[in-house]
Amino acid sequence: MTQIIYDGSYEGWLTAVFEIYEYKFKDVAFAKDETSTALLFCNKHFVDTDHAKADRVLNGLQKRLSNSGFSNLYYAFLSEMNQIEETLFRYVQYVLASRINIEQDFSNSSVLNVQKAMQLTGKESHRMKAFVRFKLTKDNLYYAIVEPDCNVLPLIENHFKNRYADQRWLIYDAKRKYGIYYDLENVSTVEMQFDANSSSSKFLAEICDDNEEFFQSLWRNYFKSVNIESRKNTKLHIQHMPKRYWKNLTEKIPDLKSRK
Amino acid sequence: MVHKRVMEKLAILADAAKYDVSCSSSQSTRKNKDKGLGDTGHGICHAYTEDGRCVSLLKILLTNHCIFDCAYCVSRKSNDIKRAAFTVQEVVDLTIGFYRRNYIEGLFLSSGIFDNPDFTMERLVRIVKKLRLEENFNGYIHLKAIPGASEELLKEAGLYADRLSVNVEMPTEKSLKLLAPDKNHKDVIQPMEYLKNEIAGYKEEKKSNYKAPLFAPAGQSTQMVIGATQENDLEILGMANYFYDTMQMKRVYYSGYVPISYDNRLPAIGTPVPMIRENRLYQADWLMRFYGFKVNEIVGFDQPNLDLDIDPKLGWALRNLNQFPVDINTADLELILRIPGIGVLSAKKIVAARKFKKLQATDLQKLGIAYSRSKYFLAFASPFQLRKDLTSAQIKEHILNFQKSKYQNNFSNQLALF
Repeated sequence: MTQIIYDGSYEGWLTAVFEIYEYKFKDVAFAKDETSTALLFCNKHFVDTDHAKADRVLNGLQKRLSNSGFSNLYYAFLSEMNQIEETLFRYVQYVLASRINIEQDFSNSSVLNVQKAMQLTGKESHRMKAFVRFKLTKDNLYYAIVEPDCNVLPLIENHFKNRYADQRWLIYDAKRKYGIYYDLENVSTVEMQFDANSSSSKFLAEICDDNEEFFQSLWRNYFKSVNIESRKNTKLHIQHMPKRYWKNLTEKIPDLKSRK
Repeated sequence: MVHKRVMEKLAILADAAKYDVSCSSSQSTRKNKDKGLGDTGHGICHAYTEDGRCVSLLKILLTNHCIFDCAYCVSRKSNDIKRAAFTVQEVVDLTIGFYRRNYIEGLFLSSGIFDNPDFTMERLVRIVKKLRLEENFNGYIHLKAIPGASEELLKEAGLYADRLSVNVEMPTEKSLKLLAPDKNHKDVIQPMEYLKNEIAGYKEEKKSNYKAPLFAPAGQSTQMVIGATQENDLEILGMANYFYDTMQMKRVYYSGYVPISYDNRLPAIGTPVPMIRENRLYQADWLMRFYGFKVNEIVGFDQPNLDLDIDPKLGWALRNLNQFPVDINTADLELILRIPGIGVLSAKKIVAARKFKKLQATDLQKLGIAYSRSKYFLAFASPFQLRKDLTSAQIKEHILNFQKSKYQNNFSNQLALF
C-alpha cells in the first residue's frame, strides 16, 4: 500500500494519477497535505503538482471521453465526497484500459459512483445559484456568504458573471475560507477572513447600504405573503430548502426587530 | 420609496397573486447585453414557501382593484378586503432591488382589471418597457395578457415579455358562467389565438433573420381552477390537450381550489384543498408531454376520473397488462417509458447501459428506478421473472402495501369510520 499525498487541487490529483502509473504503484490511498490521516506502516509518496504531467493525463482522458464525460470528472472531484480520489482513480484506470468509451456503463460501480458524485456537485452548484443572497454594502459591493458541502464556487462563477455584469460582487465560501470576486471586468479568487456574524444589527448598520435592511425585510415580508397556509407541507419545504442552508438565507433569518 | 406604504402594498398584492400557480422562469433565450443586468436561461427556483411551492419570480398584482366579481377570486369586486395599487416606478424598483440581491429570476406581473382592459394592459406594458429599455434588465418577465385588451398592446407586451398568459380559469364554459357571469371562454381564447399566431410568426421569421426581435420567446401558458366546480378529469385533461395541441401552449397549470369565500356556489370554507387530485393531474399532464401518452389512454368515457390512490401511469399499466412484460434489454425507448416506476432519465440510462451488458434486476436497482413498482412489468431476457399469475387487482394491492404513500393518511381517514 502506498499513500499518495497531494495538495488537494485537481491538478495535484491529476499529477498524482500520472505518478502512480510512472512509478507503477500497485495499491494506493490518497491523502491531502495532512499527516493526521496518514496510514501507519505504508510507503508515502509526496506529489508536487506539475502542469505538464497533469496535462498529459487530461489529454489521455479527453481522447477517451466525450466532452460531458470529461467535465463530469472535474465535477465529481469537486464533490469532496468521502474517498472520491480513490473512486475517480479506479474510474480513470477503467477509462484508460478500455478501447471503447465506457462512461455509460452504469452497471460498473466506479462509473456509477463517479456519476453520483457528479450529480451531487451538479445539484449543489445549481442550488448555490439559487441560494446566494447578496447584501449591498455602503461602498457598492454586493456580497454573499455560502457554506456548500461541495466545492462549487469554480462552477458558479460564470453564471454570476453573466447575470450581474454591472455590479461588483463577492461570494465567500465560509467553509473553505475563500471567495470569488467580480470587479466589473474579471472574476478572481480571493482568500480572506470574513466576519461570520454578518446578520447582526451592528454589522448591518456599519457596513450596509441604507436601503439594505429595508430590502431584506421586504423580501421576508414577501416570502411570508406568498405562503398558502392551508397547503402547508413542511416536509416538502425542507426537502427543497435543506436546513443546513438556512443560516445564510435572508428569508429564514428573523427580522432585525426580533433579533438580539 | 416610502418604505412603510410599499411594505404594506407588497403584502397585499403578493398575497392576492399567490393563487396564480405559474412559477416557471425557463425556456427563454434572453441574454445579457452591453454589460446590463440579468440573464435568462434555465430557470432557477430561489426559495420555497412553507407549503413547498417554489419562488422563482416576484409574483405580484399591479392592483387588486377589479371591476369583475368572479366568485373564485380573492380580488373580486364584492370581497371586503384591503385594496392597493403599485405605481409603475415601485414595481420597477422592487424588481431590480430583488433581482440584484439574487432573490428572484424576474417578475411575474398580473393585475386586477381596473377601469377597462386597455387601461390595465397599458400599465403592465409600461412597466416591462421601463425595465427593458431604461434599466437594461434581461431577467425573466411573465406578463398577464388581459382579455379584451387591444391587439396593439398585446403585441407590444410580447416584444418585451418572455412569457404571456391568459387564464382560462374554469375548464368548462358552464362553470365559468356559473362563477363568473361577466366572462366567457371566447374572451380568453381570442387573445390566446392572437398570441399563438404572433409567436408562430416570430419563430418563422427567426429562421431567416436571427436578429428578429424576440416575441414572447418562452411561449404562453394558462391555468385552470380545479375542484371548485363539478368537472371530471376527462373534461379537464381534454381542455389541457386542446391547449397543447391547438394553442401550442408551453404549460397548462392546475390550481386546486383553496376555499376563500362564503358563496353557496363554491365548496365551503374549510373544505380541504384537492391536493392529491391536483398532483394526479400534473402527473397525467407529464405523461402527455414527456411520455408519449394520448389523453384518451389516461382518461376515457368509461373512466372519466384519475385514480387517487395510484398514479396515472400505473393505472394505465394495470388496465393494459397485455402490453407487459416489457423486456428492457430489447424494447424501444417508447415502451420502456411506459413501465411504471421508470422515469424519463432512468429510461434513457437503461437504453445507454444495455449496450455494455445484459441488464439484470440488480443493475436496475442501482440505476435508481422505483423497482418495487416496476418489477411487476419487467422481463430480463429469459427466464422471465414476471409473476404472470398475478391479476391487476393483486399487483395493485402488492404495490399499495409496499409503498407508503405520502397521501396515505388521506385514505385511512375513510377507513377509520368502520
